[in-house]
Amino acid sequence: MKNIRNFCIIAHIDHGKSTLADRLLQSTNTISDREMMDQVLDDMDLEREKGITIKSHAIQINYRHTDGQEFILNLIDTPGHVDFSYEVSRALAACEGALLLVDATQGIQAQTISNLYLAIENDLEIIPVINKIDMDGAMIEEVQDQIIELIGCKPEDILLASGRTGLGIEGVLAAIVDRIPAPKGDPEAPLQALIFDSVFNSFRGIIVYYRIQNGTIRKGDKVRFVSTGQDYEADEVGILKLKMTEKKEVKAGDVGYIITGIKNAKEVKVGDTITLSNRPTKEPIKGFEEVKPMVFAGIYPVNTDEFEELRDCMDKLQLNDASLTYELETSQALGFGFRCGFLGMLHMEIIQERLEREFNQTVITTVPNVSFIAYTTKGEKVMVNNPSEFPDPVKTERIEEPYIRAQIITKPEYIGNIMTLCLGKRGILINQSYLTTTRVELIFEMPLTEIVFDFYDKLKSQTRGYASFDYHAIGYRDALISKMDILLNGEKVDALSALIHRSRAEDFGRKLCEKLKELLPRQQFQIAIQAAIGAKVVARENISAMRKDVTAKCYGGDISRKRKLLEKQKEGKKRMRQIGNVEVPQEAFLAVLKLDD
Amino acid sequence: MAGIYLHIPFCKQACHYCNFHFSTSLHYKPELVAALQEEARLAAEQFPFPPGEAVHTIYFGGGTPSLLTLAELTQLLTAVRGHFNVDPDAEITLEVNPDDISEERLKEWRDAGINRLSIGVQSFFEEELRWMNRAHTAKQALEQVKKAREYFNNITIDLIYGGPGLSDEQWHQDLEQAKALNIPHLSCYALTVEPQTPLNKMIRAGKVPDVDPDKQSRHFLYLMQWAKENGYEHYEISNFARPGYRSRHNSAYWQGKSYIGLGPSAHSFDGKSRWWNIANNQAYIRSLQEGLIPFEKEELTGVQQLNERIMIALRTADGLDLSHIPSLEKTQLLKAAQRHIDAGHLVAQENKLRLTDEGRLLADGIAADLFFEEIK
Ligand SMILES: Nc1nc2c(ncn2[C@@H]2O[C@H](COP(=O)(O)OP(=O)(O)OP(=O)(O)O)[C@@H](O)[C@H]2O)c(=O)[nH]1
Ligand code: SF4
Ligand SMILES: [Mg+2]
Repeated sequence: MKNIRNFCIIAHIDHGKSTLADRLLQSTNTISDREMMDQVLDDMDLEREKGITIKSHAIQINYRHTDGQEFILNLIDTPGHVDFSYEVSRALAACEGALLLVDATQGIQAQTISNLYLAIENDLEIIPVINKIDMDGAMIEEVQDQIIELIGCKPEDILLASGRTGLGIEGVLAAIVDRIPAPKGDPEAPLQALIFDSVFNSFRGIIVYYRIQNGTIRKGDKVRFVSTGQDYEADEVGILKLKMTEKKEVKAGDVGYIITGIKNAKEVKVGDTITLSNRPTKEPIKGFEEVKPMVFAGIYPVNTDEFEELRDCMDKLQLNDASLTYELETSQALGFGFRCGFLGMLHMEIIQERLEREFNQTVITTVPNVSFIAYTTKGEKVMVNNPSEFPDPVKTERIEEPYIRAQIITKPEYIGNIMTLCLGKRGILINQSYLTTTRVELIFEMPLTEIVFDFYDKLKSQTRGYASFDYHAIGYRDALISKMDILLNGEKVDALSALIHRSRAEDFGRKLCEKLKELLPRQQFQIAIQAAIGAKVVARENISAMRKDVTAKCYGGDISRKRKLLEKQKEGKKRMRQIGNVEVPQEAFLAVLKLDD
Repeated sequence: MAGIYLHIPFCKQACHYCNFHFSTSLHYKPELVAALQEEARLAAEQFPFPPGEAVHTIYFGGGTPSLLTLAELTQLLTAVRGHFNVDPDAEITLEVNPDDISEERLKEWRDAGINRLSIGVQSFFEEELRWMNRAHTAKQALEQVKKAREYFNNITIDLIYGGPGLSDEQWHQDLEQAKALNIPHLSCYALTVEPQTPLNKMIRAGKVPDVDPDKQSRHFLYLMQWAKENGYEHYEISNFARPGYRSRHNSAYWQGKSYIGLGPSAHSFDGKSRWWNIANNQAYIRSLQEGLIPFEKEELTGVQQLNERIMIALRTADGLDLSHIPSLEKTQLLKAAQRHIDAGHLVAQENKLRLTDEGRLLADGIAADLFFEEIK
């Protein structure tokens, strides 16, 4: 075990974690040149399309140290985006050390700091690495000073590397072995393995990933999942190379996978401990902190009769995304579905995309909102995660909304723009300090609802990308919130209701009606769109009836082109939901998010 | 019952709304005519119609087939007759533009065996013809059609309605003019803004107002009423005929009959698959010089065949015949149709589904609603 090192790579988004991982894998021949591609660990289509890491990814490296000894390095590449920080925190639990990457052209950014603190909380050995030193804009000395200031290390503790050119990679590998402690643990002790991730595979069933603290798992063992008390047979165990690699046994200190006959996704819980049935451990490992969703939205099947199938897919998807929470809900407009909690808007988008791509579901996502607390005149306290739960205003004493503390790091020249943006979003400036002469940190307290939707995009455009941003929840405060209803041809569509600050309600209603007018296709009759607060209509738009929908020419060459066009149109209609007599396309439910386009 | 289409991909000038395949350079016309003859030979070998199936219609379309010389036209007809079993009473249509019509040419065409003319009039108003960039004038439209009428009984003219400049009154006058000329068949098309046409660019640049769907539907509704009152049968969305003057060639398309298209961009169909030639004159010529028909092919699944049937048949006065549709599909079809029947856009009668006049305005959406889905 003294020749094992478990480490992860953490950093602010885009600072080059996955690219550096490529070089580590390549220089140790873990991945052949034939299999190699840029950010090879980002193996999900969505990751490749978006150019970001969404899931943590574990892989084992065999490494011969400069002193000739052979080492096993278990690497976990982590995502940098705030919405996926739960992925980072679970990866940390499987490691003794972390490479903290800092982009030499960007310096320390908001998630550098938040991920560093996560690593420190987990008692990890931190190896700071200044990355992308090949770039023209690299400010090596300045970034060195920032790092020393932040973690209080010595200048010589900081490594220099380029994931692009491979410069400094040998030094990084050597430091992993020399500086990160070997895992502790006893392979002979009763089995204690922490489940940190899992995935549903349609051929193999449920695959569970774990880190063994003590004991050994062997093929054929009877294992027990502590929190459910269920026993299973270990049909296959192994370690994670680029593909799963079967082994007879996996021992303390190692990261591995297990396949059992588990059928029901609900039986697997990330954070649970695996032990042996005939020699169970007395203490399960302390699991993970529960995730606190930031945004809630409904997810519904486009076809009401596909609800059961969707439920099954949600269960399976949750295996691979422990930060997704959901519970059953019903909507008058949409029938049965789920109220889901997400860590942010990107997370919400990814969940919807994964349901569609990996599970072939066509879903409607409803207007997202944060959760509010309503205090009723009867003295009750009600959590409101859904506009339909919003209590009658006359029976409500007051409403509270969640606040966050936002940390923004930027260049001094953008302070003005950021102040305007944040104050416009009901932010209160709490602290302003110069980190260096060219970098300022601003701290605001702001309502969460103001930042979850489009804040980050606005921030980026206001600062030409020179601002990084991190936030965490700081509790609830009084708020003036109204429920805005949308009516289509006089019928209230609960799935389009939104909870909105009173000062913005009318403007919001008007814009939403305009947007819906743009998004709803013309139909064979007129459609009236209204926005109302209580009984009061605050905005209205009409979509006139479609007058003509017929192609002029349909001769020899037109026929197949025409048929394909109509088939596509039909396919599009499948993504619409009939509400009353109005057909509402999938994207209309998210119109709220695009009001400023 | 089978048809042959010949695509003549040359025009004098490009009409602004047109998205057909054509070239305004006549340079390679002789080579193209040669290639067409070669294609006729090869197609007869490679895609033979079932034995005993005669060719009942031949159609010269384009482009502008009236740019063919008499010699070229004769060569092509001889080739088609030589390689296919052409019925002696076949309908043989030639698309012509008014500016190409003269007494002499009319005689030539008649003597060559053409028995139906399709004249690209588009409008009897000069302003209309000018913004469309047509090669002929309003005067030519009127006089040459009149002349053509002396030599041919079976004539159709194309008219375009719903354009930005055409008033309701002018549209009514166009139709009256056609009637006054005693034209037994009309193809009336709503102006359509096709992608990648000059018209599309002009609209986007704000030089021409966009088409107004309300005006288009007004013109269409008027047209349907007018046709009824004046003895024209509305037998397909855009086609109107006096009794006995339906286009046999086009009707065959709509009945799902087989046809072979010769020439660049031409399409063919054998009931189960569709194939189409490359839409490039040079490449087409070169390929046939090498003895190869340059085509791409698509096999239709059962669902696709059925969907095409629905789409096309609904556009015709005969409607969609349900008697050949298997009972399970038929039930499903009628279920999907109910909403449109209730809205007064469809009628189910005598085991057929037909669009009403109002329904014809919405034919595409209704067809899409009735489509079947591929079982995955
Ligand atoms: N010049 C240069 N570019 C680099 C280097 N490392 C990464 N990049 C580029 O930086 C971008 C982000 O790289 P990634 O490796 O995907 O970054 P990441 O930290 O994994 O990103 P997330 O996982 O989304 O947080 C890519 O365009 C890389 O090509 C480097 O050392 N030098
Ligand atoms: S003459 Fe006919 S084919 Fe040629 S450009 Fe005009 S409309 Fe198109
Ligand atoms: Mg990455």
